[in-house]
Parts: sequence; structure tokens; C-alpha cells
Amino acid sequence: MEQLTSGLAKVGTALGAVAIVLGLLLIIFFVGARAKGKLQFPAAIIVFLGPAILLLAYGLIAPAFLTTVGSFKGPNGQDFVGLQNYGWIFTVEANRTFLINTVLWIVIAPLFSTGIGLMLALLLDRMRRESISKSLIFMPMAISFVGAGIIWGLVYEYRDPSQEQVGLLSQIVMWLGVKEPPNWLLFQPWNNFFLMVIMIWIQVGFAMVVLSAAIKAIPGDVVEAAELDGATGWKLFSRVTIPMVRSTLIVVLTTIIIAVLKVFDIVRVMTNGNFGTQVVANEMYAQAFVQFDVGRGSALAVVLFVAIIPLIAYNVIQLRKERTIR
Amino acid sequence: MTATMRRRGAALVMGGVAATMLLAACGGSSSSSEASSAPAASTGASAAASGGAVAAGCEAYADYMGHEGTKVTLFTSVLPPEQQRYEDAWKPFEDCTGIDIVYEGSDQFEAQLPTRIAGGNAPDLAWIPQPGLLQKLVQQGGPVAAPQAVADNVDKYWNPAWKTYGTVDGTFYGAPNSSNMKSLVWYSPKVFAEKGYTVPTTWDELFALSDQMVKDGIKPWCGGIESGGATGWPATDWLEQIVLRQQGGDVYDQWVSHQVLFNSPEINQAMDTLAGWMKNPDYVNGGFGNVQTIATTAFQDAGKPILDGKCGMLQQASFYAAQWASFKADATVAEDGDVFAFFLPQISDQFPNPVVGGGEFTTAFSDRPEVQAVQTYLSSPEYATARAAQPGGWVSANSGVPIDTYTDPISKLSAQFLTDPNGIFRFDASDLMPAAVGAGAEWTQMTAWFAEDKPTKDVLQAIDDAWPAS
Amino acid sequence: MSVEAHEVVPIPVPREESIPEAARRKLSSPWASGLVILITILWTIPTFGLLVTSLRPAEDATSSGWWTIFTNPTLTLHNYSEVITGGNVIPNGIAPYFFNSFAIAIPAAIFPLVIASMAAYAIAWIPFRGATIIFFVIFALQVIPLQMSLLPLLKMFNTGWSLGPIPLFPDLNKPGSEQSIFVGTYIPLWVAHTMFALPLAIFLLHNFVSQLPRELFEAARVDGASHFLIFRKLVLPLTVPAIASFAIFQFLWVWNDLLVALTFAGGTPDVAPITAYLANIKGSYGAQLHLITAGAFVAIIVPLIVFFSLQRFFVRGLLAGSVKG
Repeated sequence: MEQLTSGLAKVGTALGAVAIVLGLLLIIFFVGARAKGKLQFPAAIIVFLGPAILLLAYGLIAPAFLTTVGSFKGPNGQDFVGLQNYGWIFTVEANRTFLINTVLWIVIAPLFSTGIGLMLALLLDRMRRESISKSLIFMPMAISFVGAGIIWGLVYEYRDPSQEQVGLLSQIVMWLGVKEPPNWLLFQPWNNFFLMVIMIWIQVGFAMVVLSAAIKAIPGDVVEAAELDGATGWKLFSRVTIPMVRSTLIVVLTTIIIAVLKVFDIVRVMTNGNFGTQVVANEMYAQAFVQFDVGRGSALAVVLFVAIIPLIAYNVIQLRKERTIR
Repeated sequence: MTATMRRRGAALVMGGVAATMLLAACGGSSSSSEASSAPAASTGASAAASGGAVAAGCEAYADYMGHEGTKVTLFTSVLPPEQQRYEDAWKPFEDCTGIDIVYEGSDQFEAQLPTRIAGGNAPDLAWIPQPGLLQKLVQQGGPVAAPQAVADNVDKYWNPAWKTYGTVDGTFYGAPNSSNMKSLVWYSPKVFAEKGYTVPTTWDELFALSDQMVKDGIKPWCGGIESGGATGWPATDWLEQIVLRQQGGDVYDQWVSHQVLFNSPEINQAMDTLAGWMKNPDYVNGGFGNVQTIATTAFQDAGKPILDGKCGMLQQASFYAAQWASFKADATVAEDGDVFAFFLPQISDQFPNPVVGGGEFTTAFSDRPEVQAVQTYLSSPEYATARAAQPGGWVSANSGVPIDTYTDPISKLSAQFLTDPNGIFRFDASDLMPAAVGAGAEWTQMTAWFAEDKPTKDVLQAIDDAWPAS
Repeated sequence: MSVEAHEVVPIPVPREESIPEAARRKLSSPWASGLVILITILWTIPTFGLLVTSLRPAEDATSSGWWTIFTNPTLTLHNYSEVITGGNVIPNGIAPYFFNSFAIAIPAAIFPLVIASMAAYAIAWIPFRGATIIFFVIFALQVIPLQMSLLPLLKMFNTGWSLGPIPLFPDLNKPGSEQSIFVGTYIPLWVAHTMFALPLAIFLLHNFVSQLPRELFEAARVDGASHFLIFRKLVLPLTVPAIASFAIFQFLWVWNDLLVALTFAGGTPDVAPITAYLANIKGSYGAQLHLITAGAFVAIIVPLIVFFSLQRFFVRGLLAGSVKG
């Protein structure tokens, strides 16, 4: 059990590192607390905000800046090539596949995730023993994309129809009477949707939990008043429930869209972007880390970045409104 | 990244417990060595100069003496258990010379090496599997020209083509370490004996045999090109086999340098031949289904139906030998075993014994004398012989290795062809082309060719379009 | 990658008994229950298939579907012993990677929360000019794709950074070596995960901290307590539910991360986590379905345990964290 001891030693080292960092912070706190008078205010700002600002500057702001500069450079990141990399992204015909697919992903995956999540939230609200279902539907959130890829590989696995099937989907379709099920991951353009199903599988639980909490937060008297006015079923849903959870819906949608834009693992694990399933994030990874074209990789990263900005801007505006109301 | 996998054999990729030693190994470097005023490597005189005669049993290493107590770091993509075989092979060298070869393997080798060089953190030596990567590194600066002794060894023991692959802009950087032989066809000797098939020695015989298998109700060929981030590479290998067989070495070289385009009559012809072979619905895909399944079958899995008798033959490299045991624990690889391989025959007498292969090149990033001594030793037949004698498959194209040294039949067969002075040897073309093609468009387009039946012309044109302008 | 990190958004607080129990009973219909149960089953089947496959003998796993165990129940634990300690097919077991995952994920879950809670307090309760702007900038930083940061950060750790002659990050090498002291350690992983987690962590914790009653702080300030004291004695204890719930999410996210791990740890058993091992065996032993599924299950069992045992806690923490809406 040498592995066990060395393994535990590693975890011990990690815990030691945590202890050291927390200890250092404590010392800084004691020193900072000694600051008197005019010094007290700047000391507090530096100690409280300093580490976060520093880490963000090094870890996100500076790299974003460097990547933006790099997107105007050639493959080796040395000579400036102007807008050539962007020209490559938007004019080469073969690249249309990943641009179109990315748009499809942004529209379909978040809508279905949120829609199914909302439906489940409404249904759960009418159920007695909701917690088991809630947990099981939420469970995929705890699974890594690598794991999800393996799990769904077992669903989409193709075997010749003459042989015994290993893939669940093919088997179900054959039980239903289809003689020759397609090779799902090659089945264009539907294979894009099969990959999105994995994302939806992961995200529905999230949408459900958040929306379920929002629905439960609708004051009971509001619902009762609406019911007294004769609102039931669809009317109650569209006139009362939806407006009441609107802001939560927006947050959920935004979150899932951001996740979808950045996600490359599912595509990478399932098809590596072949068979017409490429998306921007995976193309970026391939350019930067497989083909070593840092310029194109950076340009693709900037495209993603720019694509997310309007969303965040919208959310910031919403947030500001709420803050001023408060 | 994943490209390394195919060279080393899939079963050997994982890191091992032994590699916890890496932590210690990483720290090793050789600042102390600067202080030692040892004379240049590979001069016998240095042994005497550094004190005393060569110890008994160390005569063979006399040329490398004079660097006691120094360390040389070697960075590779080769992980345990192979690492141990290397360390066992050069143990006597280390004991006699007192040079410590510090081994570090990484499965992220291709991504890590450029970063480490750019970061001023280069190893002393590295085994670089792609000439294309070597070129890129030389352009960025880092690799150091190989000493004359290495060049002499390569001139003496290798097919001349190998030297050109270790050369950038007229400067020679490194000798090959291991080699793999890609022009092999795997088959089941049992099935062949049962059905009375004989191993074909010409291209026509090969396809007559394929037709015979079709008649007998066996799909003659199976294949798989799925390989994660490197999906498509086996298909590029098939194309290379045909180009070299139909057009010979000169056109192959022009193709690599893009003087012959992908969308040229020569390559179109090769693609048509490939279409009649691996895209022929009568021939493929034994044990898996229709032609399309080639695109979704993992290359590691592709040979499994051969053991089940559902597929006749598989074109794959020598390293595929390691794969059989994972299908059937006791599978034997031998001429009378469960599975064996024969040479993919030539197409034309004009181009005899054409071999497509791969390998990695021992490149130095320091010209310290002990580094040169190790580099020279690693290019010697003594080293290659010691390594070849270790268990497990390992092949060198070094003709100084006595052919009987090889312990397993596939290595022996591969070595015979790789060291054949009359054969035409060429390196895997996609490893020589720019990464945007060789690790990009060619992979994805060949995959589309199989998966979506994309027209040949469009496939070839798309690859040409991806060729970098400069 | 960072999906999980984004899942934590403010959730409106449900009121107990928001819909009167009578109405609730009236509304609960077998129709709704049936539909939910159906979806639950649909959602669980793929993972169940993974579990079953991982328990099947090698030949069965690759030659027939996992659902055939209902007619042909042969199960074995052999796959797990092979994957965990190494065996004939896969020489190296998952064990060292398993511990690495803990060694990476525990600090990487704690560090960002400590730093974020401090920053959240400063933005919410230390009055200074620009606090609002800083808050929005940090919120907006969520847009930066993780992938953009990887190469620059790698360079920073290996060779340091400098802006012309001004050093921004030193090039720290091991004594007597040209190799960075960070090579082969967890430090780059901890730092990178901390950096990437901060925008969301600060945003959420700020939402929580800013809701704490103002009188609390005013009273403490009148008593002459410093910000340091207030934070330690008042804010931290009150923020524990929110911190804990985010820590659980962050732990799950780091545990499941592959991209950051590949970039900063490579694939060696010194420091690489379990996801790197999984990706590796999937690439190398694609045919060994029984072993890959066993490895996958070992990799997801920890997040599942964390998730099922603590989910009440973290949902409650999140709910308590946001009174807006």
C-alpha cells in the first residue's frame, strides 16, 4: 500500500499549503488591524481587495489583452498580419460549418435546457416527493465532460445491424422496428443535435433547481388572487408565473449560453469536430494546441469573447436597474 | 499530442508509478558540469586524461569517457513501461562513463517541448518524433547541430533518407532513435492455413486474395481511423503507402514539399486506388459494418475482427503488435500464431520494396561535451543492439544491429525492410508537412472522405487550400 | 469547461408554504408525477448503463448491450481492481491520480473563496470611490474564455513575465537548474483555478454580503472595530452558508476539469488528476469498454458522493444568499 501512503502524503501536502496560506492571511490581518488613523483605510483596501485584483489582472485581464494582440499576428506569434486571421475565419468556406453549428448550439441547447427545466420545475411544484427526482435529474451536473462522453458513447455506439447491438439508442430503435439504424454520430445534420442532447442532459438539472426555487418564491397570495380572478392553467402560467420568474429565467439562459459558447469538451470527446459537427471553441483548441497556429487560435478566442459581450452587457444593465431600485 | 501515440503503440501511453521519480528527475540539470574542464567527447585520450585506465568491461565505452559525475537530461514522449527498457539498455554506459542520463517522459511532449524551449527551460536532449516539429524548433532557435561523430554514424549505418529527415537547412541535428515500419498488413495465419491462402507478394496477388476472400464470405479488409484529437491519421498513412508505391520516392518528396499538389493527377490516381481498396463496399469494413464505420472505429479496435475471423486483413504499422494482447490476453504474434504481418507488396517493379516509416530523432539543445557523448552513444550500433535485446518490440533502422538481436518476429521483419539497402524508404509524409496540413486539414478531409463520401477532388482541393502561404 | 462554475446564480428565496398546503394537494396530479418519473428515468438510464457496463466481464461488455444483464446476469468486480491498481491490460492504476485530484481540488476550492469573500466585503462595506465600477468589471470578466488565459499563464510560470525592463513576475528556477520551481508541483493548478473562479465567486458572495444588515456594521464601527475585526468576527461567520455552498460547486468543477489540468500538469502521475487519466485510457484503450467505464465510475463517484450528501446544504446556502428577485 505504498500508493496509499504516498497518495495521502500528497493530500497532506495540499492541506499543509492551505494551512500556510490561511496562516499568512491571519498574520496579515493582525498586522493590518494595527494600522491606526489615516492608514487604516488604505490598509484595509489593499489587504481585502489586493489579492483578488492581482490574481484577476494576471490570470484574466493580461492574458485577454495578450490574446487580442496575438490574434493580429501570424502562426508563430511574431509578425503582425493585420486582420488576416479574422479574414480566414469568416471567408474560408469550410469554416462556415463551425460558425453555423455554434449558432445552432447557442440557440437550441439553452432553449431546450431552460424549457425542459421550467417544465420540470412546474411539475415538481405539484408533486409530493420531489426530492428523489430532483436529485437524479440534477446528478449529471456532477459528472465531468470526459465521463459524460463515455456515458453517451454507450448510447450512440454503432454496430452493424446484423450483429448484436451495444449502443442503447440503436437497440431501442431496432426494437421499435427500424431495421437499419443510422450510425448516429455520422448522421448529418442530426448528429449536431445528438451532441447537444448531452449538453441539455447536463444543464436541465441546473435550470430546474433554480427555476423551481423561483417558482416556490412566488407569494401564495398572488397565485390565489389570480385564481380568484379565474386564471387557471395556461393563463395562470403565462400571466402570473412567467412574469414572476422572468429575471431568474434570464439569468439561467445567460448562464447556459455562456457555458455552451465555451464548451468544447463534448464535441472533442464525441467527434473531434468531424462529420460536420465542429464548433468555434473546439476549432480554437485544435488551431492553438494541435496545429500550433497561435494567431488563428487567438482570433477564434476573440470571436467567442466578442460574442459573449452583448449578453454580459445586457445582464450588467439589468443588474444596475435592480441595484438602483434597491 | 495524440500523434505520439501511434508511434509508440497505443498500449504504452500511460505513465507509471515509477514516474514519481520524475519529480526528482526534473530537478536534475548540470550546472556543475560547466565547471568540469573535460575535453571534447569521443576522443579516447580524454579517458586517460581524466585519470586511469578504462575499467574492465568498459572497453566498449572508451570513446565516451571523461565526464564522471555529469548529468544529461533527456525529454521524450515515451512513458513507462518502455522507459525502464531504455534505462536498462544504457545502464552499463552510465556505470562505465559516470554520466547520469536523466529520463523524463511526457504524454504532452509536442505541446510541452516548444513551451519549455521558449521558456528557457530546454532539456539537454529530446527525442523528436516529427521532422516537421524539428524544423519549427530550428526556426525558433534552440536545437544544436549534432557533432561530427553522430553524422558519421548515421552515414555509415542508416539509409540516406534518414539523414535528410534529421537535417534542417543543410544542418544535421540528430540521429534516429527507434523506428517503426508502417508498410505491414496484419492477418491471421490460422485462417490463412484453414482456407489455403498464401501470403501475397505482389499488389495483384493481394487483390486477387481479397476477391477470393469475398467469394469465401469473409470481408477481406478492416480499418479504423478514429483517434480522438488525431482522427484521420491512419487514412493518411494508407494514401502515403499508395503514393510511394505508384509514384516512387521523387514524386513522394515533391508531394511533401507541395511541388506536387494534393489535387494533382498523381495524388488523384492514388486516391482512386485507395477508393478501390479501403472504400470498396465489397472489401470493408469486416466486423464493423459499412465503409462509413471506418471513420467511427477507433484505430486501436480495428484489428479485433481478425481474431474473430470476421475480417481478413488490416494495414497498420509495426507498433500495432502491442494491441493484440488487449483483444485476447494470450494472443501470440508469430508466423504460426494467432496473428502475424506481411509486407504490403509493391505496385511496380520500378519502385522496389517501398517502405513508409516513422521514428524519433535525438536532438540536442546543449553542446556540453557530456551531452555530445550521450548523443553520440545513442547513435551507435552498440546502443541500438543493447536496446533491441530488451524484451518487447523495438526496432532501429540502424543497420549495425545484427538482425538476430531482435527478440520478436515483427521487430525482426520490420528491421529487415528498414535496413534493406535496395529498398525505398520514406518518412510518414503527414509528419513532414506543415502542421496545418499534416495535423489538420489532411486528417479532417480524409475523415470526411470516408464518413461523408466527400468527392475526391473537393477533399484534395481543400487540403491544398489549407497549405500555409509562406 | 467552466460550466459548473457558472451554475451558481442567485436563487430567490422560497417561502415556506408559499402555496398553501391545500392548494398544493389539489394541484398535485398523478399526470404530473408520471411525467416527472418518466423524465427522471430517461435522465438516469445513461449513467446506469455506465455502472452496469463497468461491472461486466470483458467479453460481454464489448459484444452485447448492457441491458442484456437482465437476462444474463454475470457481474464482476475485476474491472475495478484492474483499473484501481493496474493489471494486465492497463499497467498503471488510477490510484495516484485519484489522490492528485483531492490534492488539487481541496485547496483550489478553498483559496478562491477566502480571497473572494474578502474582496466581496471590501466592495460592499468599505466605502471607496470606484467600488461599483470594480464590481461590474469583475462581473464582466466572466466573459473571458478560459482557453485565452492558458498559454500566457503557462509562460508566466515557466519563464516569468516582464513588461520591457519591468519584471511583473519573476523567473523562479530550482537551485542549480534552469527549470522553473513550479514544474511538477500543484501550485500552478491551484493558482489557475483560483484565478478562473474569482469573478463568479466575488459576484455571488458580494450579493450575499451586501444583504447583511447595515446596523450590524454601524454598531461595530461605532465601537471602534477595524475592518479586519469586523470581517473576522462578524462577516465570516455569517457568510459561512454561502461560502460553503460555493465551495462545493467549486470542488466539483475543479474535480471535473480537464483543460486546466492538461495545460499545467501534463499527464504524469505526479500531479495529474483523475480526468487526465480517464482521457488518457480512453485514448489508449478505446476497445476496453469494461475498463474505461470502471475508470469513469471511479472518477465520478467522488463528485456524486459530495453531491448527494451535501446537496441540501448547498442549495439552502445559495437560497439564503440572495434575497433579491
